[in-house]
Amino acid sequence: MNTKNTLVSINNIVKHFDISGGMLDQLQFKNFKPQLKKTTVKAVNNVSLEIRKGETLSVVGESGCGKSTLARVVMGLYPPNSGKILYNGARIDNLTHKQMLPFRKKMQMIFQDPYASLNPRKTVQQTLEEPLRFHNPKISNKDIQKKVERVMEQVGVDPLWIKRYPHEFSGGQRQRISIARGLILDPEFIVADEPVSALDVSIQAQILNLLMKAGRERQLTYLFITHDLSVVRHISTRVAVMYLGTLCELAKARDLFDTPQHPYTKALLSAIPVVGENQAKHIKLKGEVPTPVNLPAGCVFHARCVYADDRCTNQVPELRTLDNGTCVACHAVEENQISV
Amino acid sequence: MSHLLNVEDLEVKFALRFGDITAIDGISFSLDKGEKLGLVGESGAGKSVTGFSIINLISKPGFISKGRITFEGNEISAYSDSKMRQIRGDRISMIFQDPMMTLNPVFTIGMQMTEVLMAHRKMSKGQARKIALEKLKKVYIPSPEKRLAQYPHELSGGMRQRIIIAISLLTDPAIIIADEPTTALDVTIQAEIMDLLQELCESDNMALILITHDLGVVSQVTEKIAVMYAGKIIEYGPTDQIVKHPVHPYTEGLIKSIPGTVIKPGEDLVQIPGMMPTLTNIPQGCAFNPRCYLKEDICTTATPELKQKNGAMAACHMK
Amino acid sequence: MRQSLINFKESYFLYSFKRDKVAMASFIAIVIFILLALAAPWISPMNPYDANNIDIMNSEIPPAWEEGGVKQFPLGTDNMGRDMLSTMLYGLRTSILIGVGAVSLQAFIGIFMGLTAGYIGGRVDSILMRIADIQFSFPYLMVAIVVSAVFQLAFGIGKYEMLAVPLLILIIGFAEWPMYARTIRASVMGEKNKEYVEAARVIGLSRPVIMVRHVLPNSLTSLMVISTIQIANAVMSEAALSFLGLGMPVTRPSLGSLIRSGFDYIFSGSWWITVFPGIWLVVFVLVINLLGDWLRDVLNPKLYKG
Repeated sequence: MNTKNTLVSINNIVKHFDISGGMLDQLQFKNFKPQLKKTTVKAVNNVSLEIRKGETLSVVGESGCGKSTLARVVMGLYPPNSGKILYNGARIDNLTHKQMLPFRKKMQMIFQDPYASLNPRKTVQQTLEEPLRFHNPKISNKDIQKKVERVMEQVGVDPLWIKRYPHEFSGGQRQRISIARGLILDPEFIVADEPVSALDVSIQAQILNLLMKAGRERQLTYLFITHDLSVVRHISTRVAVMYLGTLCELAKARDLFDTPQHPYTKALLSAIPVVGENQAKHIKLKGEVPTPVNLPAGCVFHARCVYADDRCTNQVPELRTLDNGTCVACHAVEENQISV
Repeated sequence: MSHLLNVEDLEVKFALRFGDITAIDGISFSLDKGEKLGLVGESGAGKSVTGFSIINLISKPGFISKGRITFEGNEISAYSDSKMRQIRGDRISMIFQDPMMTLNPVFTIGMQMTEVLMAHRKMSKGQARKIALEKLKKVYIPSPEKRLAQYPHELSGGMRQRIIIAISLLTDPAIIIADEPTTALDVTIQAEIMDLLQELCESDNMALILITHDLGVVSQVTEKIAVMYAGKIIEYGPTDQIVKHPVHPYTEGLIKSIPGTVIKPGEDLVQIPGMMPTLTNIPQGCAFNPRCYLKEDICTTATPELKQKNGAMAACHMK
Repeated sequence: MRQSLINFKESYFLYSFKRDKVAMASFIAIVIFILLALAAPWISPMNPYDANNIDIMNSEIPPAWEEGGVKQFPLGTDNMGRDMLSTMLYGLRTSILIGVGAVSLQAFIGIFMGLTAGYIGGRVDSILMRIADIQFSFPYLMVAIVVSAVFQLAFGIGKYEMLAVPLLILIIGFAEWPMYARTIRASVMGEKNKEYVEAARVIGLSRPVIMVRHVLPNSLTSLMVISTIQIANAVMSEAALSFLGLGMPVTRPSLGSLIRSGFDYIFSGSWWITVFPGIWLVVFVLVINLLGDWLRDVLNPKLYKG
């Protein structure tokens, strides 16, 4: 891959959460012998991705696939258990709070829930000024005012409402304010974690247009986390499909939707309800999604896959690049078992 | 010709401290045996309130202030609470978005299922259990005997929603009202649940009212749609017709704002400016007029009525 | 500022306050109590702390309407010849001072401990909360007895009279801070996982800044509720300590020590020395608790959605 174009590189990230609680919760008896048992949620397992400058890379998957965890690891909100995050070639996952500050200016995040992502006790002005004052202690009040007004106009919130509190706004407007907070430091890279999932359809379109416009005007690079495939198709340059903390497929958006390779991607795509197409036949998956506490051996998808054989239950498939540039982790695809 | 369910000029109000506000403003629709109707709209449109008012389950301070609801020829809107209880959960069942709203976390699935039958049908425990098993099989729950002894928290979200559907089927209802039944679920599971509901309607000749914000889901499952906006039905008719040739500018905008319908990837989506008015300040005339690209003077003064257009009904002055 | 005033006028808070007669009455009563306490030196007929005003010959005069009552002492006098009304006004002043002081101390320690434990979590949380548990498992009466006994021995009775108020504030303040710490911790743990805290971390703000500027203001509602209840508790604790003779000295009586000093005379027929301060205390604590109850209902986010 062309490393010159890479803005963020995610290398073999593993993130497990220990949910076993205190000593007493861990205590278990096996054959009358006490032992401590740890319960870990294996949220992200050995995921590598390169995010190129100026692109919108979407990570899709169903709930519990680790996409939001991955986003937070990239943002440095969770330290990874192993693996590296590089930003413009510099390693950022092991930095101290102070060392991280210059990167914080360049990387911002937009959150899912517009009702929880704004501090209810702060006015729009306070919310938007805080990052500016923090990163530019010497900035004049006049400059701050100018910047805040400009960014508010850009996201379509009337600057006259600057003194209002979040509860005085609708969900869509709050999400605009949240985006304004993300943009105010003029970042290069934005992680958007399900930014439109909590919004109504007509508002969703407004916010997506806003994000795309901001992306064009400011040459932003997006890491877009979502479960909504129709949104993904609309905005992405490339798409990464995750299942149970692992990457199944990574492809250009058009390739992914036209010629999906991984059996899971196929099932996922066939399940999107499309307006005006009744009775679409979708691929039924066997069984249920396993919990990330007890990951299946081999390919994590094997228990639900129609193509699964012995190899899939024993050996973890590696991500392989196909002729058209699509990367896919599937033994069946590698062995040409699946006709496209 | 009498319909299975007929809602005529239904009006629901909420008594609040500054006076009554109208949540549902004179809506009418009908449902035949085995028919699938979609109630579509964004949050605040009044679609859930409509669902609740059919089974007279609006909680205070809401009340039905006008209109008639007839079910199987009887006017159920005039029924007493105890008489209504015999219909609710028996002839008309309801499925909610969050399965945990219906399932009691401290009882096993089996207890919750047999309880319904013992209450509504005065059955013995053994009989009730047999029917419960049969319904669990019907919704394709693997190893149903085992599930009867399990508690709700031991099941996944998709499985819980299946259990809920099985519970709503226990009494062989004539109508199922499903309020956003798959919003909390993943797409692959959503597709399975929708298939299941559709199949059940066909095999048992059951009618379905699907309340959702997702036009995609509605267009795949239902035969008829009522699009709601600010407490009114603004477009009503056959699904195919409305989805392919929407008349009302709101429906049109709603469909076009979904990525992947008409707009190519990367281009700006068609967006409806502004947002749904709150119930306390619904605009004069057509409630949609501040957001509408076809707005003329008449839209701000007169409220449009539903009228026939292209085989469907739409409430718009300009069309 | 004007905007927030308008907001307040239209808020659910004010609306439900206006509709709840009990809350209104309690609030008015509390305001009256506080005003009386503040104005005690000016409105009370005499200064009971000033030995010059006290005449032992006036002791145990019944209330004015009873036989033998004198107009000069509307609620009678106590065993030392002090006017009951004046003493009660001054006593209220002392009780409120100790109550508010002790609660401020509790709040200070409790907020610091609770915020730190809740936000940082992990081992810090375990250690701080175990300290709170240990503190809570000491009966505060026992601590009070030991501390004031040691104090009286070390400094003598004369010094003790001067230092009684700050001492009581310290004792009651230290005894009950874990209540605050627990409440704040619970509320902080709910807030810290919200996305606005993550957003603050993404900006790069440091931990103390996020704790104080973002998390704490959102935990203030639970703080308000617990504060009213704790003030009532502190007034009661002070009364209990004084009743046991461990609180305010007889020369500078609080409501508790007044009740105690009258208790010895109740069987000799001088009921008023105990009963009036008793009613005074009960009404005061009751109205605080009623207002606290109402606050808890109104501010409970589960009952009321903003």
